[in-house]
Amino acid sequence: MSNLTPKERMKIARQKMPERAADERNKDFKEVNIGMKEEAATLEADRCLQCKDRACIAGCPVGIDIPVFLDRISEGDMEGAAKVLLDANTLPGITGRVCPQEEQCEQVCVRGKGKGVAVGIGYLERYVADWARENLDIKQILAEPSGFKVAIVGSGPAGLTAGGELAKKGHDVTIFEALHTAGGVLVYGIPEFRLPNKVIESEVDRLRQMGVKIICNVVVGRTFTVNELLEEEGFDAMFIANGAGLPVFMNIPGENLKGVYSANEYLTRSNLMRAYEFPESDTPIVRGDKVVVIGGGNVAMDSVRTAKRLGAKEATLVYRRSRQEMPARVEEAHHAEEEGIIFKLLCNPLRYLGTEDGWVKGVECIQMELGEPDDSGRRRPVPIKGSEFIIDCDVAIPAIGTQANPLLTATTPDLKVNRWGYIEADEDGATSMPGVFAGGDIIRGAATVILAMGDGKRSAAAIDKYLRETKKAPTKAGAAAS
Amino acid sequence: MFPILDAKLLASDVKWFKIEAPLVAKHRQPGQFVIIRLDETGERIPLTIADCDREAGTIDLIVKAIGKTTICLCEKDKGDTITDVMGPLGMPTEIENVGHAVLIGGGVGTAVIYPLAKALQDVGNYVSSITGGRTKDLVVLEDALKEVSDIVYATTDDGSYGFHGTVADKLTELMEDKDRPIGAIYTAGPVPMMKAIADMTREAGIKTIVSLNPIMVDGTGMCGGCRVSIGTETKFACVDGPEFDGHEVDFRELADRLTAYRDQEKTSLDRMQQRKCRAEAQFEAAQADGRTV
Ligand SMILES: Cc1cc2nc3c(=O)[nH]c(=O)nc-3n(C[C@H](O)[C@H](O)[C@H](O)COP(=O)(O)OP(=O)(O)OC[C@H]3O[C@@H](n4cnc5c(N)ncnc54)[C@H](O)[C@@H]3O)c2cc1C
Ligand SMILES: Cc1cc2nc3c(=O)[nH]c(=O)nc-3n(C[C@H](O)[C@H](O)[C@H](O)COP(=O)(O)OP(=O)(O)OC[C@H]3O[C@@H](n4cnc5c(N)ncnc54)[C@H](O)[C@@H]3O)c2cc1C
Ligand code: SF4
Ligand code: SF4
Ligand code: FES
Repeated sequence: MSNLTPKERMKIARQKMPERAADERNKDFKEVNIGMKEEAATLEADRCLQCKDRACIAGCPVGIDIPVFLDRISEGDMEGAAKVLLDANTLPGITGRVCPQEEQCEQVCVRGKGKGVAVGIGYLERYVADWARENLDIKQILAEPSGFKVAIVGSGPAGLTAGGELAKKGHDVTIFEALHTAGGVLVYGIPEFRLPNKVIESEVDRLRQMGVKIICNVVVGRTFTVNELLEEEGFDAMFIANGAGLPVFMNIPGENLKGVYSANEYLTRSNLMRAYEFPESDTPIVRGDKVVVIGGGNVAMDSVRTAKRLGAKEATLVYRRSRQEMPARVEEAHHAEEEGIIFKLLCNPLRYLGTEDGWVKGVECIQMELGEPDDSGRRRPVPIKGSEFIIDCDVAIPAIGTQANPLLTATTPDLKVNRWGYIEADEDGATSMPGVFAGGDIIRGAATVILAMGDGKRSAAAIDKYLRETKKAPTKAGAAAS
Repeated sequence: MFPILDAKLLASDVKWFKIEAPLVAKHRQPGQFVIIRLDETGERIPLTIADCDREAGTIDLIVKAIGKTTICLCEKDKGDTITDVMGPLGMPTEIENVGHAVLIGGGVGTAVIYPLAKALQDVGNYVSSITGGRTKDLVVLEDALKEVSDIVYATTDDGSYGFHGTVADKLTELMEDKDRPIGAIYTAGPVPMMKAIADMTREAGIKTIVSLNPIMVDGTGMCGGCRVSIGTETKFACVDGPEFDGHEVDFRELADRLTAYRDQEKTSLDRMQQRKCRAEAQFEAAQADGRTV
């Protein structure tokens, strides 16, 4: 431990994340945050008080030993820091970039109490993960092969985390992914300017090196059913992490006009299919001059910032509550504002207006005011009579949420779902089917990367226990899908 | 990587492929499709599974070259590969005995009705198939259809082959035949054709199933790009369809949505052709110089 006194530590101001200038970065898809230099990272780590009760750890869903991790950085032992990190977190380069730290570890950090500013745990996580990617060839130590085979459905953060954890324990893991690339929302939803694909690729490669098989283009529920994987393909247990990818529309007039995209489609075209490189890549996207995005979460923020980068002169975010209620990460909303995004708050769309030939040309909105608090404790927005107005646009993107996709559950009648279609699971992720576990967005609805990873980690432990205690001998039937 | 095991030109711009895709073949049912991506920069496009061989682990595709992706695909041959083939996707056709089933394929839509004819005949239907095109070259798959239908009518708009007229004209004839009333109609092809057929059968109250072809991306219900209006509801064709009750479909909206990328599609095609011309010119120049390439 570096020998600074608490007083000296308290004196150090929070280090800034260097970022690219707003009017430069809003024209391309390269990453906004540049990453800290070693000196700043060490100083930031020195701010940690190494508290006895280590409150921060409880704020991290995968339980990273944060004080030890920070101490290694203080000492300049980046390799040691990386090991502490990877021990608990399979995807640190990703969480270091997209975790809502201010609501997780940093929210409970002692230095953040009162007027203080929390230790920049997320930035440091990113720093160390990036350092490790460049400098370390980490060989995970794997247990002896157990002989058990586990199938994972979906390669989002929940599936990848469970895959890594199960491989560490010696199980033979196969991840089945519907799309052509692994990563889930990380590759199709979150844009490169926040999370470059090379970061995801390298974390996925690390899993492959650990022996995790990833088979793309397999839609469970169509290519295989859950029961077949268990009964015919010889898997001893399964973890379902197929996310909550079904886009919600508002069911208002004009929603099927050309130029109206679900956020999922817009982001998938741009990120996964690289439509921003069209015609170098084949997938087209409509580049609007005036783009309106509806919603206030991360998805809305990503869509509107993508629109700006695709050349929109006016990129407007329409949100029905006020700035305080916006669920997006603070950093993202702040970056969006810097990049010239127009915020129309307390404003809700009523219908889309179209041209003769079926293109969207505007959104009719109504002004809202905040009324009494609702169930969620937030003040409920109510429309102000007679305040309708029109925002012109040539692209409109509702980004108001997603829900469970019934594709898999509809073909698995034994799997209990709740009335919204999410799979019912206990704290370990155990479902109504023996040996079948579930986690991530498919058990709680759209949430965060780190909560999905936490589920993956917990379920992996529970699956390991299930296999060793209940199953005892691996099922021999069936050949591996390959 | 998915190997192309066999390929054959059916018409100047229509090609048949046999592709090794054992996982797709294993579960595929008539009415389902795959989404393919040719290479790393390729677009994802849907194609109907025209046939499959479970034992051999192969699927058949029939492709009409109309734009960048389908032209590039049709340039491929036995021994080449396709980077991604995902499926089977979509709801299988409900196969039941309706007595007399009439199948109508316009252009490459014939690839969609071919597997249905086979399945409908297997459950005891009398199957009449109509395959139509503007001109002779476009009447695809007539011979294959003959093997799975009780009777096949080929039609051409210009009379260059078979019945002179549209598939709708032929259907009118069949509808007038009181000896063999139609139990149900299954159709796939250009939107105006499907619309015309649905309009004809609505009053007569003949069940009409149409296979819709909206623009798709993922094929799993994740993007909503394939949404179509069916009655008062919005459906995602890739998971709820692609087959729907033709009398409920908003064809105008579908036709409109299919034009969303017309400009970009042209850009892609022009670029490809320019590149090809340049490559040919280089090749010719090299040959003229006596160099080998
Ligand atoms: C645009 C956007 C921005 C976001 N930003 C943030 C952020 O900044 N911070 C944050 O913490 N969270 C963010 N989130 C939320 C976060 O990404 C999700 O909560 C998280 O990815 C959920 O992980 P998951 O593993 O449960 O599912 P997903 O990431 O949804 O992965 C599920 C995978 O399963 C595959 N799949 C689905 N069905 C099948 C099937 N039947 N067979 C095979 N495979 C299937 C899918 O193709 C997908 O790859 C964002 C979400 C979006 C959409
Ligand atoms: C369920 C379904 C089954 C199909 N089955 C067959 C088949 O068996 N054989 C066959 O030849 N064609 C089939 N199609 C049509 C085929 O997908 C399109 O011809 C192809 O996508 C055109 O791509 P392109 O790049 O060659 O042409 P482009 O120049 O890009 O487009 C030409 C036209 O094709 C349509 N189209 C473009 N992109 C897509 C897309 N991603 N998804 C769907 N349509 C698109 C549009 O109407 C467009 O105007 C099917 C379509 C669907 C939805
Ligand atoms: S993973 Fe997220 S919650 Fe955990 S320490 Fe890192 S930033 Fe904090
Ligand atoms: S709560 Fe904050 S200051 Fe205390 S150990 Fe954790 S990171 Fe360090
Ligand atoms: S193609 Fe994306 S939902 Fe149907």
